[in-house]
Amino acid sequence: MIPPIGSSTTGATGWQPQPVALARAKSNERARKIFLGFTALPVVLILLVTLGLLIRSWPILSTYPLQDLLFGEVWKPSKMLFGLLPFITGTVWITAVGVLISVPPCLLVAIYLSEYAHDSTRSFIRPILDLLAAIPSVVFGVWGLVTIVPFVESTVMPFAKAAFPYIPFLKVDQPTGFSVLSGGLVLAVMIAPLLISVVYEVLLTVPNDLRRASLAIGATQWETIRRVLIPQVLPGIIAAVVLGASRALGETIAVLMVVGNVPQIPTSIFDAAYPLPALIANNYGEMMSIPLYDSALLGAALILLIIILIFNVLSVIVLQRVKQRKWE
Amino acid sequence: MIKNFWKRKHIVELFVKLVMMFSIALVGGSLLLILATVVARGLPALTWEMVSQTPKGGFYMGKGGGVLNAILGSLYLAGGGTALALALSLPMALVLKTYLGDSKAGSLVRLSLDVLWGIPTIVYGAFGFAVMILLGMRSSLLAGILILSLVELPIMTRAMDEVIRRMPKGLEHAALALGSTKLEVATKVVVPQMLPGIITAILLAFGRGIGDAASVLFTAGYTDRLPSSLMSPTASLPLAVFFQLSTPYPAVRERGYASALILTIVVLVVSFGSRALSAKLSKYTVK
Repeated sequence: MIPPIGSSTTGATGWQPQPVALARAKSNERARKIFLGFTALPVVLILLVTLGLLIRSWPILSTYPLQDLLFGEVWKPSKMLFGLLPFITGTVWITAVGVLISVPPCLLVAIYLSEYAHDSTRSFIRPILDLLAAIPSVVFGVWGLVTIVPFVESTVMPFAKAAFPYIPFLKVDQPTGFSVLSGGLVLAVMIAPLLISVVYEVLLTVPNDLRRASLAIGATQWETIRRVLIPQVLPGIIAAVVLGASRALGETIAVLMVVGNVPQIPTSIFDAAYPLPALIANNYGEMMSIPLYDSALLGAALILLIIILIFNVLSVIVLQRVKQRKWE
Repeated sequence: MIKNFWKRKHIVELFVKLVMMFSIALVGGSLLLILATVVARGLPALTWEMVSQTPKGGFYMGKGGGVLNAILGSLYLAGGGTALALALSLPMALVLKTYLGDSKAGSLVRLSLDVLWGIPTIVYGAFGFAVMILLGMRSSLLAGILILSLVELPIMTRAMDEVIRRMPKGLEHAALALGSTKLEVATKVVVPQMLPGIITAILLAFGRGIGDAASVLFTAGYTDRLPSSLMSPTASLPLAVFFQLSTPYPAVRERGYASALILTIVVLVVSFGSRALSAKLSKYTVK
């Protein structure tokens, strides 16, 4: 008969845990408790940041009615006028232009990567996207300042002036290239890696059977993509675009360097604008002598944060659903 | 065959493929254009003086000196931020793998990390500064490190989580079957096995941290001196670029481009370095 392994623990009295095993189990239990505490950190941080901004912007939120802040058109802190509308519309314009420029090519690149590309092409494009994602935003700003702004000024604006003089949102009212369009172009490139990789991941979740079934009945690949794949993953694609938009909303330095920072409500893509993050970056930390000024700026940060939190939570939940979807 | 080839749908297919190729060229072209712009503008002004000296008197009017203060400051800020973020995010990523897995709680933590990732850095910066005023703190290296670690935390944790999730199930099961506790699986199997991915995640977060301007703008401040203590203000490269480009003097702007080139080189070295390092290390892991 084979002698039992570790015979000391298999005596007549039954199994007894050895001291070492007990210690290991105990340290495991302790680690579990401590580690689980760590996981509360992200939720706590989100709440802390929101709450902190709310408390610090409370002075202004309690003095002025909300609609005066959100829809007030005049920003003159020295005269106690804190209308954020020019900055909010500026942010919306720049983000919208950036997303509109970025989405079509990014969708196509993502579709190409998931549906057409060979592995070798993929491993060639992946590093390009990684590098693009790694470039600091201030470098995008330098690029915008040196390349995009002069390009808009010398090429796009004269063209728009000559070709579409009567379309309101393409009207040229100022001489420089520091404009919504420049900001949008820089943003379009900045959010491209995120958009492409999220849409690509979404497309990968579709099982191959769907593609094969469609191809087998004679559809071309593009017909398969347009009629079968895209309808299946449309929520995921929309979520990816919303995620990209939320990233664009909060972009600070790169946009700040190319949009001109004129506090006005833009009516054309060639107007200068002044987005919310730029307002905070340019003014916060100075001029604390004006009462309510810093409170107003933190209020601006709070508005930005709330919009972005809503966008983010919605899109991340949709993306989680898409990725965990069970296909029959 | 030939007769069918020129059907409308085949022409559409061809057209779509061409547009896709064009889109890829557009994305790749913008990367090339950005790099080319930064190199072309930055290289002429990039001298040894730029990287080896601190700003002298009148630096911002075109006199001598360099941006060593910003280079070192950025390394300290991002290094400290990354170390702090690592201390929090490695345990968090391990918990997500070993104790939470794909449970409801796990998805909630991942959701909150993703949301945290999405919060713009300017909001962190403003929040950090508001807290600093409350505590009576001045802008300092320490404050910058703390805020940068907040910025890097979600990036690092999610990147680690993604690689750790891809670990072969068999390894974990084998360790558990031999009687390991979950803690031992985490520290003795997951960490060594996933080391290449963990290092990639750390360097990814470091790259983000060193390139971020909006979060350190108020918290770390800016100074022409080298960082001397945790409580003194600290310069950083992104802000050096930004401030130098805001001046009207051409000579200073030139140096702003050179600083942008230095920053780009640092980020690219980190990015390529992490790739090479993880490729090298992954030789020693079980496939």
